[in-house]
Amino acid sequence: MKKYSGFSLFKNALSYHENWQKLWRSPKPKDYYDVIVVGGGGHGLATAYYLAKVHGITKVAVIEKGYLGGGNTARNTTIIRSNYLWDEAAQLYELSLKLWEGLSQELNYNVMFSQRGVLNLGHNLQDMRDIERRVNANRLNGIDGEVVTPERVKEIAPLINISKDCRYPILGASWQPRGGTARHDAVAWGYARGADALGVDLIQETEVIGIRRKNGSVVGVETTQGFIGSRKVACVTAGNSGVVAAMAGLRLPVESRPLQALVSEPVKPCLDTVVMSNAVHGYISQSDKGDLVIGAGVDGYNGYGQRGSFHVIEHTLQAICELFPAFSRVRMNRQWGGVVDTCPDACPIISKTSVDGLYFNCGWGTGGFKATPGSGYVFADTVANDHPHPLAAAFNVDRFNTGALIDEHGAAGVAH
Amino acid sequence: MLLIHCPHCREDREEEEYSYSGEAHIVRPLEPEALSDQEWGDYLFFRKNPKGIHHEMWYHAVGCRRYFYATRNTLSYEIIETYKVGEQPQVSAQGAAQ
Repeated sequence: MKKYSGFSLFKNALSYHENWQKLWRSPKPKDYYDVIVVGGGGHGLATAYYLAKVHGITKVAVIEKGYLGGGNTARNTTIIRSNYLWDEAAQLYELSLKLWEGLSQELNYNVMFSQRGVLNLGHNLQDMRDIERRVNANRLNGIDGEVVTPERVKEIAPLINISKDCRYPILGASWQPRGGTARHDAVAWGYARGADALGVDLIQETEVIGIRRKNGSVVGVETTQGFIGSRKVACVTAGNSGVVAAMAGLRLPVESRPLQALVSEPVKPCLDTVVMSNAVHGYISQSDKGDLVIGAGVDGYNGYGQRGSFHVIEHTLQAICELFPAFSRVRMNRQWGGVVDTCPDACPIISKTSVDGLYFNCGWGTGGFKATPGSGYVFADTVANDHPHPLAAAFNVDRFNTGALIDEHGAAGVAH
Repeated sequence: MLLIHCPHCREDREEEEYSYSGEAHIVRPLEPEALSDQEWGDYLFFRKNPKGIHHEMWYHAVGCRRYFYATRNTLSYEIIETYKVGEQPQVSAQGAAQ
């Protein structure tokens, strides 16, 4: 792999940028791999990258039914933060945030990580109590955060309406300056390029249709390109996790729901931070090309259609218009939905299963993007050692039987 | 926007009138205290979550305020049938009932 640099940019400019190396190979699948990662989204690619990079396991295949990063990785609002309430979740998301901070250098690929800060608004007394509690918990975990007044919110995001006369006035917010956004596609492409350079085979347009087992252990996967053997199969299939689990005769505590987002026409720079509100349910930021990126909620019912109900985005846009009256005349450009696997406690599952050699990383629900690097890091460790990484141990699927849930609905359940 | 037929009201109404209550036909254990942690967790949290035919429970929240069941395709969102609690579906993932 040729390294990107100022010099390579200059050199390629001389040949009109027509001779750039391909980002990754398109290999034919081999008969056997040490690890097969099912799902070529951000988390799957990150898992493959860290398997090769940190654990030296390079005989790895990533099997993707569509194209790399074409699912939820390309369908989210790219918000990154780590201000979660409970220790287990906070430490996992903080590991991610720390990895984000060095990711462009690590991958030699610009993921456009922008630490523009994240505001989580409070609109009533209970919101503010929860915010105080969460910020204090964050600070005890070494995560930056402060409780800010409406006036300070107005300084950070001048277009916001802090009038006391509206239906849900802003009473304050939590502010995490190290939070922000990144370019979602670049994250998938950067990890894919990095993994490919370390010898990982990225196999696209190949769907896993079965998981072959022998005496309670995995021996490989059936795909649309035939059987591929492996003693370790790591499933990172987001909304389709329930379907993949059923191939191995397992059930998961997840329900798949459509989650919607939408972007406006591009406008001049007007919002240089991320604003989220659980209470009125909307979250918004402005992308580098100028469109307002708006996230809505999940639909009320299970669904695998990559679309959502109109009244859900209508509800979100009502909230956005109340928070930012100036945006009421901005026209929306595109709307889309992704299928997310929601867990009862709004925390992920990073786990071994009752089938030897079968691992699941799923249940990220509405907020997996921010965790991409950390998720891949701890999952790769779990798969490589056949033992949960210390930060992943609490996210074992067993918690739904032992009762040790990590209830993040306050910090995570609604807006991500 | 789904149009859902309430078998109690016998009318097609918009989805905003309803709320969703998840997988149907999950029977509450008669003796919860007799269950192991494994069985209790499975009852509370683990779901089929299929891509395709799904039997599920709905609540007509701003209508008759009664529960009913629906057979719905979770990929196409087609609602194949709705039926009252206590009744059995006519259509299942294996095909139409006899």
